[in-house]
Amino acid sequence: MTEKLVIIGNGMAGCRLIEEILKRDPARYAITVFGAEPRVNYNRIMLSPVLAGEKTFADIVINDEAWYRDNGITLHAGRPVIAIDTAARTVSAEGGLEVAYDRLILATGSDPVRLPLPGADLKGVVTFRDIDDVDAMLAAAREPDAQAVVIGGGLLGLEAAYGLARRGMKATVVHLMDVLMERQLDEAAGYLLTEALKARGVETVLGAQSEAILGTDGEVSGLQLKDGRVLPCNLLVMAVGIRPNAALARAAELAVGRGVVVDDQMRTCDPAVFAIGECAEHRGIAYGLVAPIWDMCRTLADVLSAGPDAAYQGSMLSTRLKVSGVDVFSAGQFSGGDGCEDLVFRDAGRGVYKRLVLKDGRLAGAVMFGDAADGNWYFDLMRTGAPVDEIRETLIFGQAITEGLRGVDPNAAVAAMADSAEICGCNGVCKGQITAAIVDLHLTNLDSVRAVTKASASCGSCTPLVEQVLALTLGDAFKAETGPRSVCKCTAHGHGLVRRRIVEDELKSIPQVMQALEWKTPDGCPSCRPALNYYLLCAWPGEYRDDKQSRFVNERVHANIQKNGTYSVVPRMWGGLTTPNELRAIADVADEFAIPTVKVTGGQRIDLLGVKKDDLPAVWSRLNAAGMVSGHAYGKALRTVKTCVGTDWCRFGTQDSTGLGVRIEKFMWGAWTPAKVKMGVSGCPRNCAEATCKDVGVICVDSGYEIQIGGAAGLEIRGTEALTKVATEAQAIETIVAVVQLYREEGFYLERIYKWMARVGLETIKARVADDPAERRALYDRFALAQRSARIDPWAQRVAGRDQDEFNPISRRLEFAPA
Amino acid sequence: MNALAPVPEILWTDVGAVTDIPRQGARRAPTPQGVIAIFRTGDNEVFALYDRCPHKQGPLSQGIVHGRTVACPLHNWIIDLATGEPTGADAGKGCAHTVPVEVRDGRIRLGLVAG
Ligand code: SRM
Ligand SMILES: Cc1cc2nc3c(=O)[nH]c(=O)nc-3n(C[C@H](O)[C@H](O)[C@H](O)COP(=O)(O)OP(=O)(O)OC[C@H]3O[C@@H](n4cnc5c(N)ncnc54)[C@H](O)[C@@H]3O)c2cc1C
Ligand code: SF4
Ligand code: FES
Repeated sequence: MTEKLVIIGNGMAGCRLIEEILKRDPARYAITVFGAEPRVNYNRIMLSPVLAGEKTFADIVINDEAWYRDNGITLHAGRPVIAIDTAARTVSAEGGLEVAYDRLILATGSDPVRLPLPGADLKGVVTFRDIDDVDAMLAAAREPDAQAVVIGGGLLGLEAAYGLARRGMKATVVHLMDVLMERQLDEAAGYLLTEALKARGVETVLGAQSEAILGTDGEVSGLQLKDGRVLPCNLLVMAVGIRPNAALARAAELAVGRGVVVDDQMRTCDPAVFAIGECAEHRGIAYGLVAPIWDMCRTLADVLSAGPDAAYQGSMLSTRLKVSGVDVFSAGQFSGGDGCEDLVFRDAGRGVYKRLVLKDGRLAGAVMFGDAADGNWYFDLMRTGAPVDEIRETLIFGQAITEGLRGVDPNAAVAAMADSAEICGCNGVCKGQITAAIVDLHLTNLDSVRAVTKASASCGSCTPLVEQVLALTLGDAFKAETGPRSVCKCTAHGHGLVRRRIVEDELKSIPQVMQALEWKTPDGCPSCRPALNYYLLCAWPGEYRDDKQSRFVNERVHANIQKNGTYSVVPRMWGGLTTPNELRAIADVADEFAIPTVKVTGGQRIDLLGVKKDDLPAVWSRLNAAGMVSGHAYGKALRTVKTCVGTDWCRFGTQDSTGLGVRIEKFMWGAWTPAKVKMGVSGCPRNCAEATCKDVGVICVDSGYEIQIGGAAGLEIRGTEALTKVATEAQAIETIVAVVQLYREEGFYLERIYKWMARVGLETIKARVADDPAERRALYDRFALAQRSARIDPWAQRVAGRDQDEFNPISRRLEFAPA
Repeated sequence: MNALAPVPEILWTDVGAVTDIPRQGARRAPTPQGVIAIFRTGDNEVFALYDRCPHKQGPLSQGIVHGRTVACPLHNWIIDLATGEPTGADAGKGCAHTVPVEVRDGRIRLGLVAG
């Protein structure tokens, strides 16, 4: 006698289970399926391409009516089950239908989460789960000037937004976190995804909290964010997550956690009832993707046909985004655990970013953007836990290269490459062209190959390959050159190339630079990040948003950290001048905040040492009130302009050295520089301001101003060298500003002026600053432009509330001990 | 150790949202046993360590977070956030000690014991 098998849910899991059973034992069960949706079973994951107009509903039907008929399956479509009687072993459906079962399968999937925002019931607020939702979205897309807002920057939200943009809507994704798909992607991949979506017409608003849905006449008209912004729309899609649909099971008193709790045989606490798919919770996990569902269906089909030996062990997950032309893959744990190691590959030419995480000699995670062809191979390596130590060197290049090269030495691999094989992706240069150029033109080094063929002349990532071709072609005659020292171990490039590329390619953020220049680490290190931050700031004044997390603590909090974790505060004293009022304010603040040490610095100003971090804004506000601003004693910036009393008082003074110092400092303060910049102005050659050991020094003489650069008196002692002599104060200021701007634009990070001068040569600097009035003026103008957004007191900004999280603990004092 | 000593029960205490910490940054949580530094990496992972560098007690919460490590602001030791141990040349020289921490629904909870 056939047994009665009843399945609730005519979706991905329910129908796949039937197929698996039919494969094993087609005669065993009389099968009845209930579906809440009034249609046959279709491929839910393909709703995204349907929305985007890349597929039709007919294309995505998995089992048509003939399939049900031919296999003798009774389908009650559009008849949701409303109750289960586990004692009588019957289910009852809407419309009064009651059906008895021997075995019952719950495959009810999940429901989209609806945020309980004000206005959530307005017309035009939809979720993304079934074909009816797609129809509702398409109807909204046909309205004139249609605009959509999608809440949720996960897989579903992005696919919805992309589909709507394809349908001509203006689509904006609003995401709570600051990286899209943050569960699957790291920051680098998330950044690339944001850019790729933008290119496809999808805007993203990250780190945004939704406050209320606005409407007119019962229809949605916009989304209001917590920060007050309003995004207008006539369609609002909520794609913020799913919740297992376990209501029936709960009502039937089956065990329910997040989903219907099942054992390894997919059995609920009632031995005649099973659950599969998104409604099930196995070993504490409720899945939201199809791969685990296929595993569950295979196990349950075994259990239902062969017997209880089969066991479902849980599934590892991988994710692929279905946005045409945007290859995104993620699997496993890319944010690892102890002892994890990252392998990173970037190909700027092709817009590729890959990151593999190794743990204990095995692959633990993978994130890929732009080229996910090897996703399945990596995923298999993860699932099987295969040791990868032996293929580590080539792993990141994918399956073909790894398997092609296993055990082969790299030179032999290059030798084995066909002449038509592409070596340089950026410039499309193949091996044959390089070999021919070397032989025909008698090239012997990398630079000449670069110049002639352009191979490795752009991003430089194929440099090792080009060198190997050189080595192979020339034999011993070739010696690999050592290029400029790289910024740090995260990149092969030197500072000069990085600076140049930022300007030439208009790179405007740290992740963008890291991608374009193929950084080898996902998010850099304390050496490169501050350097990149400075280069970007200098290249795009007023436009680049400073990344404070890429600054050393002193520059982040605008004070100097001390050995005990307190800070020192040094207000500016322009040109070393102060007033009784300022001194009183300093005395008062020292009293009020019990500041232990007040010291006169070597730079003609006063240092308050030992200030508690949380007191900094209050201390600054007192100093601000007396007219004082930050002295940037912490910064790669203009520090002090040391002066002497000059013509004001001194019997030898030739020019107003104090006044010039003050004017320079007032004009130049707040500018970020590659390393600190100290200046001095002395009123005569007796040089009481020690101007000749400063980065920039001025010696006043009767006939004008001698301008000197490249002094140092710290780790090294160096006297300055003469740059030029000018007649007027205005010329002096223009020259000083110009030389500092040239240094700002061309100095390497942490390279003080004397080192920069040693690298480029005093003559070059003279030629551009002293001898070329037009260039001098242009440099001056660029500095002046940058100063518009730089001469703002960072202390006052923080007193006004900026970066408050920096100066407040996250929690009030916890009255417990850490475990 | 006395085998009968009671095992202290861990109380999970909410200290704030993941988004309260800047990405690649840290915030401080004061306790009677000293400040705890709670870090958020670029990958959105959250870690908690005592805010004391094993070298000379530098406040790790003030360092630059990169990958799963933080650079101490005082002398640039690189500390592994998951273990609290220095890495590279300074490996094996002490430990900043971890504090149990977990993230649920975007909220951070520290593992603390009463008393
Ligand atoms: C406060 C002060 C010492 C004092 O008590 O007088 C001082 C203190 C520090 N100096 Fe200095 N330097 C101070 C004047 C000097 C001078 C003298 C001068 O400016 O006339 C020099 C030699 C001149 C020069 O720079 O060439 C000097 C050469 C250095 C150096 C070596 C720089 C070099 O490139 O050779 C460092 C290390 C560095 O910058 O990497 C340094 C670094 C430091 C730091 C910032 C160390 C650090 O990284 O934490 C000290 C902490 C400052 C703080 O406030 O917590 N300090 N330092 C002086 C502050 C001047 C000011 O008003 O801003
Ligand atoms: C737009 C979209 C894109 C997706 N893309 C991907 C992807 O790329 N990769 C991936 O792995 N996953 C993807 N998913 C997720 C995937 O579709 C689900 O994991 C899968 O459909 C779950 O299968 P299921 O059978 O558990 O639930 P469903 O497929 O939802 O089937 C459950 C069915 O049960 C019915 N039902 C519910 N209650 C009752 C009741 N009381 N009586 C009768 N019937 C009932 C429902 O109407 C539904 O038809 C996507 C999902 C969506 C919505
Ligand atoms: S010389 Fe400068 S860096 Fe050295 S201890 Fe004195 S203040 Fe600190
Ligand atoms: S105290 Fe941390 S490195 Fe010295």
